[in-house]
Amino acid sequence: MRVQFVLQEIWIGLRRNLTMTIALVVTVAIAMALFGTGVLLKMQVDKSNNYWSNKVEVSIYLCNKLSANPACKKAAPTAEQKGEIQKQLEGMSQVAKVTPETAEQAFQRAKEQFKDSPGIAGSIQPGDIPDSFRVKLKDPKDFAAVVAQMNQRAGVDQVVNERAILEKFFKILGGLQWAALTIAAIQLIAAVLLVANTIRLSAFNRRRETGIMRLVGASNIYIQLPFVLEGAIAGLVGGVFAAVLLSFSKVFLLGRLQKNLQFATPLSWVDVTTVIVASMCFGVVLCALASFLTLRRYLKI
Amino acid sequence: MIHFDNVTKVYSHQSRPALQGVNVAVEKGEFVFLVGPSGSGKSTFLRLILKEERPTQGGIQVAGKDLSRLTNWKIPHLRRRIGCVFQDFRLLPNKNVYENVAFALEVIGKPRRFIRKVVPEVIDLVGLEGKSHRMPDELSGGEQQRVAIARAFVNRPMILLADEPTGNIDPATSIGIMKVLDRINRTGTTVVMATHDAAIVDAFRKRVVELEDGRVVRDQSRGVYGQAYGGV
Repeated sequence: MRVQFVLQEIWIGLRRNLTMTIALVVTVAIAMALFGTGVLLKMQVDKSNNYWSNKVEVSIYLCNKLSANPACKKAAPTAEQKGEIQKQLEGMSQVAKVTPETAEQAFQRAKEQFKDSPGIAGSIQPGDIPDSFRVKLKDPKDFAAVVAQMNQRAGVDQVVNERAILEKFFKILGGLQWAALTIAAIQLIAAVLLVANTIRLSAFNRRRETGIMRLVGASNIYIQLPFVLEGAIAGLVGGVFAAVLLSFSKVFLLGRLQKNLQFATPLSWVDVTTVIVASMCFGVVLCALASFLTLRRYLKI
Repeated sequence: MIHFDNVTKVYSHQSRPALQGVNVAVEKGEFVFLVGPSGSGKSTFLRLILKEERPTQGGIQVAGKDLSRLTNWKIPHLRRRIGCVFQDFRLLPNKNVYENVAFALEVIGKPRRFIRKVVPEVIDLVGLEGKSHRMPDELSGGEQQRVAIARAFVNRPMILLADEPTGNIDPATSIGIMKVLDRINRTGTTVVMATHDAAIVDAFRKRVVELEDGRVVRDQSRGVYGQAYGGV
C-alpha cells in the first residue's frame, strides 16, 4: 500500500469538488454539534435528576398566625395536634423519614440559602416560615397519596412537593434536548445525502483513473480507499468544527443554565470531552460508511 | 492460455446473443487477430477474458484459471496478468508519459525502486526514448498509443489484449504500432488483437479468428482479413 499515492488521490478528490466539500463539512459540523448538544442536555437532565431525586422532599407546612389558608383560622396547631400529624406521617407506608423543622430552624436555613442576596436575607423575619415537617419518601412518585391525606388534617397549612418544581425544570431541558436531537437527525440525513452526492461527483471526476486502475488489476481497496477516506476526512473536519461549537455550548448554554438555576448540577469537562469524541467518531464513521455504500453503486468493480 | 469452451453470452434486455457457442483455444505465445464486422462479438470476447462480463453458458479458462471459479476479490489478480490497449488510448491527460506508465504499477502497490527501474525500460521498448516528460497532448496519436502499450506491458503480463489499437491512427503509423506489438509478442506474451484493419491483417499473416453474429466462422493460421471485406 503506497500511502503517498492514496493521500495524493484524496487531496485531488477533495480539491476538485471544493464547494461540495465545504457544504459537507458545514453540514456535518452543525449536525454533530446539535447531536452533541442533545446528548449533553440529556446528561445534564440525568445528572441533575439523579442528584436531586435523593434530596427532594415533601414539605408539610403547619398553620401559624400568618397563614392565608382559611382552615387554619390564623392559629398555630397545638403540640398535641403536631404530635398526631407526625405520628400519622411516620405510620404511612410510603414515607421513609420524617424530620420536624421549627420556624427558628427554617429561618436560619433561609438566611443561609440567601446569604448571597442580602436584600432577601435581610427581609426574612423569624416566623415567616412556619413550623414544618420535611418528609422523605421511599419512592418520590408516591407523593400524591401523602398530599391527599395531609391536606385534610387540621393544623396543616399547605403541602409542597418540591419535586413538582424540579419537574418543570427538567421538562424544559428535556424539550431542548429533543429539539436539538430532532434537528440533528434532519441534519444527519442531509449530511448523508451530501456525502453520497460528493462521492458520486468524485467518482465521476475520476472515472478515467478508476477505469485504468480496474484494468491494470488494482485491488478494490486501492480503488475505494481514497473515496472512503475522502468522506471520512470531510467528516473529521466537520467534527473538529463541531467540537468547537460544543465547547461553546458547554460554556454559554450549560454554563448560563447553572448560574441561573440552582437545580442544574454542573457537567464536568470530562463529560463534554467524551461527548465531543463520541460525536466526532460517529460523524467520521457515518461519512465513511455513506461513501462506501455510494461507491458500491457508482464504481463498478 | 485462453480457452473458450462453447461460450454463449446473452446481454440482458437483448434477445440476440452477442456470442453463440464459441470454441477458441489460444496457446501461449500466439498472436491472434480477431476480425469481424461491428457487433459481431469481438469486444464481448475480450471483455469475457477480463471477467468484465460473465458468460451465459460455457466455460472460459485464462492463464490456467477457470474464470467461473474465480472469486470477485481475485479478479484484480487475473487482470494483473492481462494488459489492455484500446482504440482511444485512455491516457491520463494530467500525467506525463513516465507518470502514465508508472501509474499502472503504483496502483498495484509496487515499490518505488522497482517502478524507477522498469518504467524507463518499457518506455524504450515501445520506442519513446527521451519522451518521458512529455504530456499526452504533446504527442502524436501513434506516440500516445505507444504510451498505452507501455502501460499495458509494464507489469509483464502473460496476455496482451488490444481492441482496435490502430483504429485512430493513420496507416503509416499503424505499421510502427504493429511492430511494437510484434516485439512484445516475441517476448513470449500472448497477443489477441481485435481489428478492422484489413491491410495490417494481410501484411502480418498471423492466425485469424473471424466472428460473425457471435459465431466463429473462420479460424485460420497465417490468415488474411477475409473475402467478404475485399482482403483477397
